[in-house]
Amino acid sequence: MTTIRFLASRLVKSIVILLCIAVLNFFLIRLAPGDPAAVMAGEAGASDEIFLQQLKEKFGLDQPLLVQLRIYMWDIVRFDLGFSYRQQMPVSQLIFERLPATLLMTGTAFVLSILFGVVGGVLAAQKPGSWRDTGIMTAAIIFYATPLFWIALMAVLLFSVQLGWLPAFGFETVGSGYTGLQRALDIARHLVLPSMTLALFFMAVYARMTRASMLEVASMDFVKTARAKGVPDKLIQRRHILRNALLPVVTLAGLQAGQMIGGAVLTETVFAWPGIGRLMFDALLQRDYNLLLGVFLVSAMLVIAVNILTDIVYRMIDPRIGEGA
Amino acid sequence: MLKTIILSTVIALTAGPALAESPKSGGRVNVVVQPEPPGLMLGLVQNGPTQMVAGNIYEGLLHYAPDLSPQPQLAESWTVSDDATTYTFNLVKDAVWHDGTPFTSADVVFSVDTFLRETHARLRASLVHVESITAPDDHTVVFQLKQPFGPFLGIFEVGTMPMIPKHIYDGTKYADNPANNTPIGTGPYKFVEWQKGSHILLAKNEDYYVEGKPHIDEIYYHVIPDAASRSVAYETGKVDVLPGGSVENFDVPRLTALENTCVTDAGWEFFGPLSWLWINTRSAPMDDSRFRQAIMYAMDREFAKDVLWNGLGKVATGPASSATRFYDNNVNIYDHNPEKAKQLLAEMDYDGTPIRLLPLPYGETWQRWGEAVKQNLEEVGIPVETVATDVAGWNQKISEWDFDLAFTYLYQYGDPALGVSRTYISSNIAKGTPWNNVSGYTDDGVDKLFADAAIAPSDGERQVLYTEVQQKIVDDVPVAWLLELGFPTIYRCDIKDLVTTAIGLNDGFRDAWLDR
Repeated sequence: MTTIRFLASRLVKSIVILLCIAVLNFFLIRLAPGDPAAVMAGEAGASDEIFLQQLKEKFGLDQPLLVQLRIYMWDIVRFDLGFSYRQQMPVSQLIFERLPATLLMTGTAFVLSILFGVVGGVLAAQKPGSWRDTGIMTAAIIFYATPLFWIALMAVLLFSVQLGWLPAFGFETVGSGYTGLQRALDIARHLVLPSMTLALFFMAVYARMTRASMLEVASMDFVKTARAKGVPDKLIQRRHILRNALLPVVTLAGLQAGQMIGGAVLTETVFAWPGIGRLMFDALLQRDYNLLLGVFLVSAMLVIAVNILTDIVYRMIDPRIGEGA
Repeated sequence: MLKTIILSTVIALTAGPALAESPKSGGRVNVVVQPEPPGLMLGLVQNGPTQMVAGNIYEGLLHYAPDLSPQPQLAESWTVSDDATTYTFNLVKDAVWHDGTPFTSADVVFSVDTFLRETHARLRASLVHVESITAPDDHTVVFQLKQPFGPFLGIFEVGTMPMIPKHIYDGTKYADNPANNTPIGTGPYKFVEWQKGSHILLAKNEDYYVEGKPHIDEIYYHVIPDAASRSVAYETGKVDVLPGGSVENFDVPRLTALENTCVTDAGWEFFGPLSWLWINTRSAPMDDSRFRQAIMYAMDREFAKDVLWNGLGKVATGPASSATRFYDNNVNIYDHNPEKAKQLLAEMDYDGTPIRLLPLPYGETWQRWGEAVKQNLEEVGIPVETVATDVAGWNQKISEWDFDLAFTYLYQYGDPALGVSRTYISSNIAKGTPWNNVSGYTDDGVDKLFADAAIAPSDGERQVLYTEVQQKIVDDVPVAWLLELGFPTIYRCDIKDLVTTAIGLNDGFRDAWLDR
């Protein structure tokens, strides 16, 4: 099957999946007690029936559920994610203003975790049982077992409060007037703590997985054959072992991309990072249906896109995959 | 003959602690806003964070001193007719909207009679007493009441009656007006930008009608969702002001011990936040007043104040906060007396039916408080089952009367007719909304006393009625009062005159200046 046909079939499947996700989400959200009108009335500190009725009409909650669903699905098909009455803005605008911050943080965390995780795993696998191996694997276990929010708080206490090296929250220094390179550096400084916090867990997972996978592949017959033929060790490590050992890591990376948004909720809350993880969390607490559905849909799209990308990477690493599939 | 209450503008505007030192101009202040407000258009949204930010953009006709006496703002003086039914306000002459349009009496009539009547649930309840609002000239507004309404001069503060620009909103669909995202008021600060999820920036209004004010150039409101991170933001110097309720109470002693740090619980007098447990009086055993009294005797409220609230606030004596007008403490005082509680329970043959307690999902302090109350009640033999919810679920359960006991706190707005009676009168029982009489308490005597007191012609007559109703309610215990909450504002001591009025930070930056 050619890559083009493969992509086309995946895209068609994705659209069907997305529509199913949208319907499912629509009903799931309504299972939670309370609706946006009740929340807003509650926050206003005073309310009467007129006020509540006004809100319900505004949100379209006075319509039967199936009518609401029909309106919502028709909007989705036309790429309209609706309006967030709570935030007084179109949902798509809210999401796309906040998406870059999340992509920057999760992207950085993603790259960091793969880079350090794989390198750590390779270093550990080269001399199993050595001090180097034990050290790397102990660190991995610690990061794997420690809750994200605790790491985040400790990092803030150490690097921001005690040492004063790194900013504790925010995307950039508010009101600094920085531009160009200076601004980029400022953002980078703010990026360190949240992205490291988010990266540590997966870094640990990759390190362990790479190590195990390397050791497994190293004992296989084709590696022995290569050794017997006199191929240099460096080349065996890179071309024969690592290449094959990376496949499970790629699988996991695909999964990680999906989980990143979930992890981002916590990290973005602790570090006051203005991304969509927090947008989603706030929308959930406020029962801001349109916004919540919008974030769900966009993150579902991202996950599907990452999955397709993963498949392509698979085919690049091992061209046999996908043949005849 | 007019009974005249004209306050000299000159005296009122220069009075206050600012006289001691001469204010310096300039500088920037960083403030925490929590949670992020849903919008800044004060006529459409009135939740706490919105009022705190937008109170510096919009203005009311009056504001209130800490003793709740009315002070001039957009109205420089006012007169009340002898029969207390005609209120005439003289507006300041040189106020302009932030877009340069002059502020006139037409804006007042539009704001109150057209805009807020449609959008503002709380004001709407007070406007029932208003027959007409007219503007004889550009700078005079006359409110004609149907009958005397005691608390009338108490509804002109910015959160209750913000002035809305007629030239922007007249004839539009208010909720969809694009101007909602760039609010325009007459206040000391102008809206500059709002980066959602990050910060809101306000800048000094150079054309403000009060000579020499405001003093500070820029105010940044930072959105920091995590309570621990808000403490860190203060500790690391990123923010200078932590408004009441923005950090967990157990962090307050540590933060106030920091260098150059001041703390005050002033600035909440107008709101008089009073906490209590809703008691669902519709079902047994809560329908028995002896059971409700037993709850009052069982609770150790001094402990809650000292341990959970760091000693801030006061133990509540009844339905009115001590900062509210017509407060009377000549009532039965419920001390911590578990023996008396047990005695009352025995007397009514309480069978040990477990009751459900709904804590307030507003953070750690409230969770701990729920645990403390649970322990107190179980000590006297009332088994308690705690129900966990988030804010939306809590609202739903309260509105649908799906609870036995539930934590809450409400504002009183300075006058029993505005913020107290709504909790106890039977005409205010309506399923589906969270802030009315959700206890389901009905008593004809209480209804009549509240109704008469609201429209009694003189303060003396009102006091007699309110004293009587407070005594009656305290004996009946339709809700179990907890504390008059003391919310600490934590700030750097070099910010001067930050809290000068009864609504504190909500309009605080009009007077504040930096001694740096």
